[in-house]
Amino acid sequence: MQQGRQLDEIRINKELLNGALETPGWWKWAVLLLGSVVIMGVVVFGIQTNKGLGVTGLSRPVFWGAYITTFVFWVGISHAGIMISAILRLTQAEWRRPVTRAAELLTVFSLLTALSFPVIHAGRPWRIIYWIFPYDFARGLWPNVRSPLVWDPAAIGTYLTGSTLFLYVALLPDLGVLRDRTTGWKHAMYGALSLGWRGNPRQWRLQTVAGVLLSALMLPIFVSVHSIVSWDFAVTPGVEGWNSTIFAPYFVIGAVHSGVSAVVTMMALMRWLWKWDNFIRPEHFDALARLLIVVATAWFGFTMVEMLFSLYSLEAQELAFRDMQMFQWPWAGLFILFLLTGFFIPVTMWLFKSVRNSIVLMFWTSILVNIGMWLERFLIVVPSLARKQPFVYTWGSYQPSFVEFALMAWSFAFVSMNMLLFARFFPLIPLFESKESQIFTTEMKIGRTTIPAVLREQE
Amino acid sequence: MAKTSILGLYVDPEDGAKAMDGLHAAGMDPNDFDVLTGTPYPEGAFGEHVPQHRLFRFPVFGAMVGFTLAILFTAATQLAWPIVTGGKPILAIPAMLIITYELTMLSAVIMTVIGILFESRLPNFNPGAYDTRITEGLVGVVVSVDEGRASEIEAILNTAGAMETKRA
Repeated sequence: MQQGRQLDEIRINKELLNGALETPGWWKWAVLLLGSVVIMGVVVFGIQTNKGLGVTGLSRPVFWGAYITTFVFWVGISHAGIMISAILRLTQAEWRRPVTRAAELLTVFSLLTALSFPVIHAGRPWRIIYWIFPYDFARGLWPNVRSPLVWDPAAIGTYLTGSTLFLYVALLPDLGVLRDRTTGWKHAMYGALSLGWRGNPRQWRLQTVAGVLLSALMLPIFVSVHSIVSWDFAVTPGVEGWNSTIFAPYFVIGAVHSGVSAVVTMMALMRWLWKWDNFIRPEHFDALARLLIVVATAWFGFTMVEMLFSLYSLEAQELAFRDMQMFQWPWAGLFILFLLTGFFIPVTMWLFKSVRNSIVLMFWTSILVNIGMWLERFLIVVPSLARKQPFVYTWGSYQPSFVEFALMAWSFAFVSMNMLLFARFFPLIPLFESKESQIFTTEMKIGRTTIPAVLREQE
Repeated sequence: MAKTSILGLYVDPEDGAKAMDGLHAAGMDPNDFDVLTGTPYPEGAFGEHVPQHRLFRFPVFGAMVGFTLAILFTAATQLAWPIVTGGKPILAIPAMLIITYELTMLSAVIMTVIGILFESRLPNFNPGAYDTRITEGLVGVVVSVDEGRASEIEAILNTAGAMETKRA
């Protein structure tokens, strides 16, 4: 499965640094547009901080709405980086090479965005500090370690720190290349960031070991993060649809589904915007689609198990909640849309090779998946709260306000703008991975046919 | 005698390997010469000394430090304001495990990255002779040698087919 053609190192440098060493014409317009949305979001957040949460649709009994849904959504997207980078690196999947950097970057910016949402959701954001850090030394009050709201920052903070360091370590050789291709302040900046990288056998050896070791360390963190996010819901008794034992693996596999789909979206954009046809090829989309079929099917299995076991008990409260979630308007419409976009349409399409090899179709199906995955989180968070029964018997509904829609738009613009800003200074595809791939790629003649092949160094 | 750094540049990796062989044959200490590439070649491709490292000790040490700090932090904060909830023990072990796990992993990752930099001998802002064409595909063989032997080493590098030699 190697469709690439042999390129020398000069050509690889030239093509992959076209975004970092030159400014594409469209870049500043894209940044300007996204920057406007980001500024609009900041203004809206200022208004909300000034007026209070009354400007949102949140009201008794639904106090968790679009903000918490979007928080879970971005934590899910962040699982792309480690899924692609760590698992594929550990399994030595050759097709990972052009994908890893962008996936790791998506992890970092998604996590930063996800972390913003509990702050936005708090209404009085300065009080967030009390959840995370010890405070009020005079009275000896401390954060409550029994609360999932303390577990969240611990898990996401660990994942963000680890992912950022992982990204930086893998960037070192490419920073050396940038240092050698620039002058002036850029040369000084890349020189300082590359820490004097030279590319001797010791440094390359450590780079290889680091990739494997950090991958092995990041994987358990990767699993723990969305598990802990799921426990924000799962350890809450008294809310139908939340108090479930399978939430941890269900959330993790859902996160992988949405995260890998987001990588597909991003790869298509990278190929179109920077014209990296030599590096991001239909074979990569084909491989990701095959992976996604497996992941999506596993995720759908969890969805069905979650439904089945909640109905199996025949408890009246649970049945009433599920009846509303699946059969009452508008939730029923959203539920059908979630199933179609999250599973049935994309997975059915991915079964066809022509779709898997079509970058346009892969782009749109990956967008569909993430519409479905946002709806999935929305349908977990909101209907459950809208039908709180034990003790309170408070029923209500919820509709996001303009402020919430504006801040959701802000989140997408913030991630996209940061990706573009990063791409202006650093390569989105690892140069050294592409160069190494060229060394190990060859052709084998078997009988009367010649096939492309990849050699692998024995560990 | 003062040391100087000499760099030989090669188009063909095979010539770089020959230069390394020549330096071995001349009795040079393996710690005094190195091969520089813009691509991670397979280990031993240039007949170079395979570097040993102790990177695996770093995450273990980091994990131990993180685990200890996390236990101290979670236990001390609960004991500082001991509220009995539902007749349960003051120290909530399952909740402590979650934060302990995260801080253990965080510390292990941070120490691993410190270990990677330390074992890679980074940062190193005074690297000796270097050429930017190394990151364009040329293979560099860099030698640290007494000035008295500089000509001899340059001859070895040139004999192996260097397209150019330069001193730092």
